[in-house]
Amino acid sequence: MPSLPRSLPPSVTRLVDALSQLPGIGPKTASRLAYFLLRAPPETAASLADALRDLKARTRLCSVCLNITEADPCEICSTPSRDRGVICVVEEPLDVTALERARFGGVYHVLHGVISPMNGVGPDDLRIRELLARVAEGRDGVPVREVILATNPTLEGENTAAFIARKLSGSGARVSRLARGLPVGGDLEYADEITLSRAIEGRQNL
Amino acid sequence: MASRTYQTDAIVLRRDDYGEADRLLTVLTPGLGKLRVMAKGARKMTSRKAGHVELFTEVRLMLARGRTFDIVTQAEAIATHRALREDLRRGSYAHYLAELTDQFAQEQAEDAALYDLLSNGLVWLCDARDPALAARLFEMRLLSLSGYRPQLMRCARTGEPLEVDQAAEGADVATAYSPAEGGTLCARAALLARDGFALPRSALMLLRVLQTRELDQLDALDVPEAVGDQVERALRRTFVYTLERALKSTRFIRQVEGAES
Repeated sequence: MPSLPRSLPPSVTRLVDALSQLPGIGPKTASRLAYFLLRAPPETAASLADALRDLKARTRLCSVCLNITEADPCEICSTPSRDRGVICVVEEPLDVTALERARFGGVYHVLHGVISPMNGVGPDDLRIRELLARVAEGRDGVPVREVILATNPTLEGENTAAFIARKLSGSGARVSRLARGLPVGGDLEYADEITLSRAIEGRQNL
Repeated sequence: MASRTYQTDAIVLRRDDYGEADRLLTVLTPGLGKLRVMAKGARKMTSRKAGHVELFTEVRLMLARGRTFDIVTQAEAIATHRALREDLRRGSYAHYLAELTDQFAQEQAEDAALYDLLSNGLVWLCDARDPALAARLFEMRLLSLSGYRPQLMRCARTGEPLEVDQAAEGADVATAYSPAEGGTLCARAALLARDGFALPRSALMLLRVLQTRELDQLDALDVPEAVGDQVERALRRTFVYTLERALKSTRFIRQVEGAES
């Protein structure tokens, strides 16, 4: 990384260094952001600083679904109208946000990653043990009827789903996987062989 | 002036998320060795490239030269190896083959033989009755290709014939094997080897078969589990010695095998 000019005050270089630690932000972008904050009204910088402080101070993982939350259990796990018998397993907290847009009515379980052997991430590094305990115990007298494996349709996501499915066999809960096929707005001509074959296998009557 | 675009076949070895919706791919090519290329927008659901640049897919890429990374402009899968996605055990071995290849491949250095070996290895994993045996065959071929073919017919240190070959048929005998010495050892040399360990005759025979036979011939063999384990240990120790590091994906294979049994 090119070193910053010595003429810059230490408080600016400190901010540039801190911003450069963020994913996808290089030294140039970090300098631009730092200068933007330097010129912005004091409230803008103060509100950003408060938000960053609260992020670490107030958030924790929900003790039930392991999603990021301020209250434990999280809002989704505390809502009585949610179907606690259906657990949707996702890779990351952002996947919960995406599925909430689709108005899923059950509850979630966040794995916080995906099996990636070449990056040294194995099943023990994910929250699979907590999921197995949750399925075995149920919650508030409601047994788990179904576990929907909603990991990404990547090879790592498929391997993770297969590993969990194997661990859940014999649990009594139905284990399902999100349907795979053509995306809305996609183009058949550019679809790969696996997507197309799965789309044909999963075709529906009209 | 060099063309701004070029085409190559490639196998996707690694894949890392990059920026908002891009993927940074580490691919092995026959003519250019290992390359790091950018697949822009490949994480979007509607991406035309995403399904073609999945892990372990053999793909024909059109690339545009970029400042830091070359950019994937078109991708068309040649072999998707569906069994590696749908069979966890086969998939776990595919990670291992890719990690091994990643360790041996050089950036920007032509290596068509290594490319062909991985391409075949992934097919073997999909087709083999036992993917573990397919992985052993890949390991042995990789050692030969990279100049580390173990000596299994004589003593690697003295060149003497092995005592195990002179013992009576059916006798329960073992020979010594040392990754540092480069293969099997006679009894005298075994005393001097620092990392030698005993290799039963049945395991030695399987190692020799791996050096000379093709997958369809291997697939017909009924290998006892203990013999398979001894051969796996010998080859894995050879790789740890050669690479001077342990491989990450072996832990996952053990976990998958554990979940299966």
